[in-house]
Amino acid sequence: MIPAAFEYYRPTDMAGVIALLQEHGDDARVIAGGHSLIPMMKLRMADVPHLIDLQGIEGLSGITVTDGVVRIGAMTTQHEVIVSDALAAAAPIMKEAALQIADPQVRYMGTVGGNVANGDPGNDMPGLMQCLNAQFHLTGPDGDRAVDARDFYEAAYMTEREDEEVLTAITFAAPTGGYAYEKQKRKIGDYATAAAAVQISKEGGKVAAASIAMTNLSDTPVWSEAAADALVGTACDEAAVKAAVTAMLGDIDPTEDNRGPVAFKRHAAGIVLGRAILRAWSRA
Amino acid sequence: MSNKMHVKLNVNGQDHEFLAEPRELLIYALREKLNITGPHVGCETSHCGACTVTMNGKSVKSCTVFVAQANGAEVTTIEGLGTPDALHVLQESFKEHHGLQCGFCTPGMITRAAKLLEENPNPTEEEVRFGIAGNICRCTGYQNIVKSILSAASELNAAKEAAQ
Repeated sequence: MIPAAFEYYRPTDMAGVIALLQEHGDDARVIAGGHSLIPMMKLRMADVPHLIDLQGIEGLSGITVTDGVVRIGAMTTQHEVIVSDALAAAAPIMKEAALQIADPQVRYMGTVGGNVANGDPGNDMPGLMQCLNAQFHLTGPDGDRAVDARDFYEAAYMTEREDEEVLTAITFAAPTGGYAYEKQKRKIGDYATAAAAVQISKEGGKVAAASIAMTNLSDTPVWSEAAADALVGTACDEAAVKAAVTAMLGDIDPTEDNRGPVAFKRHAAGIVLGRAILRAWSRA
Repeated sequence: MSNKMHVKLNVNGQDHEFLAEPRELLIYALREKLNITGPHVGCETSHCGACTVTMNGKSVKSCTVFVAQANGAEVTTIEGLGTPDALHVLQESFKEHHGLQCGFCTPGMITRAAKLLEENPNPTEEEVRFGIAGNICRCTGYQNIVKSILSAASELNAAKEAAQ
């Protein structure tokens, strides 16, 4: 499996990247870890005549936590997410999710930026970013802008990012309370059959606030406000969890594929969300 | 479009320079240009891990890296871990504990295991299994591979203690 030939560039600053994107338009793509793009190129499902490697650009990776705001550079790998003490303290759901992505070798290469920018509904970080209400930072010919993760995804592989823009970082407020990322997959390395990201905060034995998002159950990640609303104010008892699951099922729209028919995916979605809520609650 | 580029790689401590198309996969550059045939082509789709090498300190599947991306990198393959006369502790351990049958996955398995033990010198059985989850073996059922890695870990730790 050899991809079509391409011109390779390794610019050393963002201006160089933007200039190449402007020059080549649709024919150019940036590559971070490449573990989504390279397989697509090898299968010749992605045609990239001009490949712009971001590895030579300083400052695109790294994790910082400042005044309760977490910033993760786009080139930060899943492996770096897993071993970051700062992130484990500020947003432990990131590590829990990253550990469930692919396998060790892929996690050394795969990046947070690539995972969220690619727009693949099977990727785990987009759902998690819905849950955390993250912001995506884009740099383009007209300067920098930030887009809410919840407004970023339009359809499979279609996002708010313009062709000439590069996603450079994600930021989010460090979440409070309990968390869980629960993923059902057929085997290590597979995308989710269904996955759920849950944050819950507790006050006086009741759910004070909640955020719930689902992965690979629609052509975009699904942030289910209705599911979270069903939990708020309850003691997170069986009836409340059931109500949240029912609400979530109204927001997803899975399609049949080799992971199973629609009915099975809806079933799996309910199971993973139930488990995620209980685990998040137990940690709240 | 198919212009070749100048590629520099340091493989197992030795510098190499050659011309290659950017789209060439690292595994083919290693095997066909440099005649370093320890890393194997199993699935060629990032699933099996037989092509695992260490690149700039990371375990990577060399079928999923373009040689252009690897330009300037330091790469370690199974050939860089031990030699037939002086086997790496992991190689001895795989031999001792029957950690292989057909041997096809073994170079990738050992290269991955070496990195795993470097990062986590005292892994539990579960951590070993999780740490080699990107390497597929179709013969052993993994039992003896896990045993080999755990045994190598104890040996490496004992040697470290003795040295102190």
